[in-house]
Amino acid sequence: MTAYIARRLFAVLPVMAVVALFVFFLLRFAPGDPAAIIAGDDATAESIAAVRAKLGLDRPVVEQFAVWLWGLLHGDMGVSIFSNLPVTRLIAQRLEPTLALTLSTLFVSVGLAVPIGVLAAWKARKLVDRLVMGFAVLGFAMPVFVLAYILIYFFAVQWQLLPVQGYQPIGEGLWPFVQSLILPSVALGVTYMALIARITRASMLEVLQQDYIRTANAKGLATDRVLLLHALKNAAVPIVTVIGIGIALLISGVVITETVFNIPGLGRLTVDAVLKRDYPIVQGLILVFAAAKVLVNLLIDISYAFLDPRIRY
Amino acid sequence: MTILVDDLAPPRRFSLLTAIRRNPTIAFGGLLLAALIVMAILAPLIATSDPFKIAPVNRLRPPSERWWFGTDQFGRDVFSRTVYGARVSLIVGLSVAAFSSLLGLALGLACGYFRRIDGLVMRVMDGLMAIPSILLAIALITLTRPGLGIVIVAIVIPEVPRVVRVVRAVVLSIRAQPYIESAIAGGTKNAKLLLRHVLPNTLAPLIVQSTYVCASAMLIEAGLSFLGAGVPPEVPSWGNIIAQGRTFFQIAPWTILIPGTFLAITVLAVNLLGDGLRDRLDPRLARRL
Repeated sequence: MTAYIARRLFAVLPVMAVVALFVFFLLRFAPGDPAAIIAGDDATAESIAAVRAKLGLDRPVVEQFAVWLWGLLHGDMGVSIFSNLPVTRLIAQRLEPTLALTLSTLFVSVGLAVPIGVLAAWKARKLVDRLVMGFAVLGFAMPVFVLAYILIYFFAVQWQLLPVQGYQPIGEGLWPFVQSLILPSVALGVTYMALIARITRASMLEVLQQDYIRTANAKGLATDRVLLLHALKNAAVPIVTVIGIGIALLISGVVITETVFNIPGLGRLTVDAVLKRDYPIVQGLILVFAAAKVLVNLLIDISYAFLDPRIRY
Repeated sequence: MTILVDDLAPPRRFSLLTAIRRNPTIAFGGLLLAALIVMAILAPLIATSDPFKIAPVNRLRPPSERWWFGTDQFGRDVFSRTVYGARVSLIVGLSVAAFSSLLGLALGLACGYFRRIDGLVMRVMDGLMAIPSILLAIALITLTRPGLGIVIVAIVIPEVPRVVRVVRAVVLSIRAQPYIESAIAGGTKNAKLLLRHVLPNTLAPLIVQSTYVCASAMLIEAGLSFLGAGVPPEVPSWGNIIAQGRTFFQIAPWTILIPGTFLAITVLAVNLLGDGLRDRLDPRLARRL
């Protein structure tokens, strides 16, 4: 077990190294003159030179890389071109809303999608199953922002049940905090739920055909025990895998959801940075988001060893 | 196990009509997509007015007989803009699908067949896959001038690894087959082996994967435009129309809901086509999903 975990941990390093190299060389090898594009259309030669110096683009590539990597390993992601604030500080300031949004979406989606998938597999080819599959197909085609506006239109504008947009920190009361997260979490979570429900159903269907399920049914075990203890446990590995794959959907969706609902999190920071072409911030955010995704997948890889003791890579 | 029977049955010629009859999903998705493509090509004939024409007198008119889908805050006709918007989505979706399939096929074949480069290329692919696609595209776009071409490139890069993985997996399993071994023993050259024996086996999963790439590309393009990081704002793409409708959403929801519905229907059509083709072409995968 320890050896397996150590190997998985070690496998994270090359992935993050590629991500870091990618964001570093993207700026250096971008077509045209990135400094000129970042400085803007009506920039003078001096301001372009200033941007170039700030990004360190006027020094030799090897030196740039050494300085950049040394900084990164010490948690220094450079400073924003416009505000001159350290990127790490800007990211830390915006972390809370994004964490709140992704975690609530993650728990609600998994909590709803797995039972729905199990139900669909149990009632395969019945009405419930068809409804679930219909939802999964539609949910997978629904763009996050379109769904978000549909939800806002009905729940906030027409029926005035929930706030149109904005975010209330948890420090200002639990109910306003929860209220401000309901619509964004649903909008962000539907695609993710569709994905998980579909895989849960498929994985359960396969397990339900196994001989040991027939045996369990034959010896008179209650249906819920068969479904949850015997079937779901054995169907868990693909489900958990897809929960991890879907994290990428959530992260991409966060950027859009935060824009629609005006939530001051990392997604909003990304969009503001892109519109101002503040590359150091974009670069820092990519590293943070990629690290988050890699970390979740690492935890999932490790969970395999507990879910299925046969797995030993 | 019906699959066994299928496996043993003599090879049939692939007939489009039989496929449609057996699999209404392909027919439905395909027809829907064909209708949208026709709409995009014939946009100048279908549009009821100039999608760029600004008429402040007619701003924010609700849908009516004169403006089927209403007008936006500049008095532009939302119906005409939506019809033209199909062009951007479909061009991006189809070109990303084509380019990532070609690139992914080449890299996947190379990785699966020439084991020496496999390790390095796959590490790079893993790294690229760790970056959420929309962020990777955003990073590229931050550093270049906006345009349709750069949007396509920016979406192709994150999509390629997904194709490479599918192709590589097929190549690895084919390579282990006895007939490949005997072909090697018989002195078949690498190029012929790849083109004659390996490549045809990758096509079915490649086609299925490329439909999913197409759907995902259309969603990313709309997302990028919506965020203001996609095609230039004056181009009537669905993402741009929605982005420009944001300010007046509460009084003119049609500027967002109508192009949004078109986007969802287009993605749905491509996904249905993909699901249908997967069931038809790749029964092993279909059983798992």
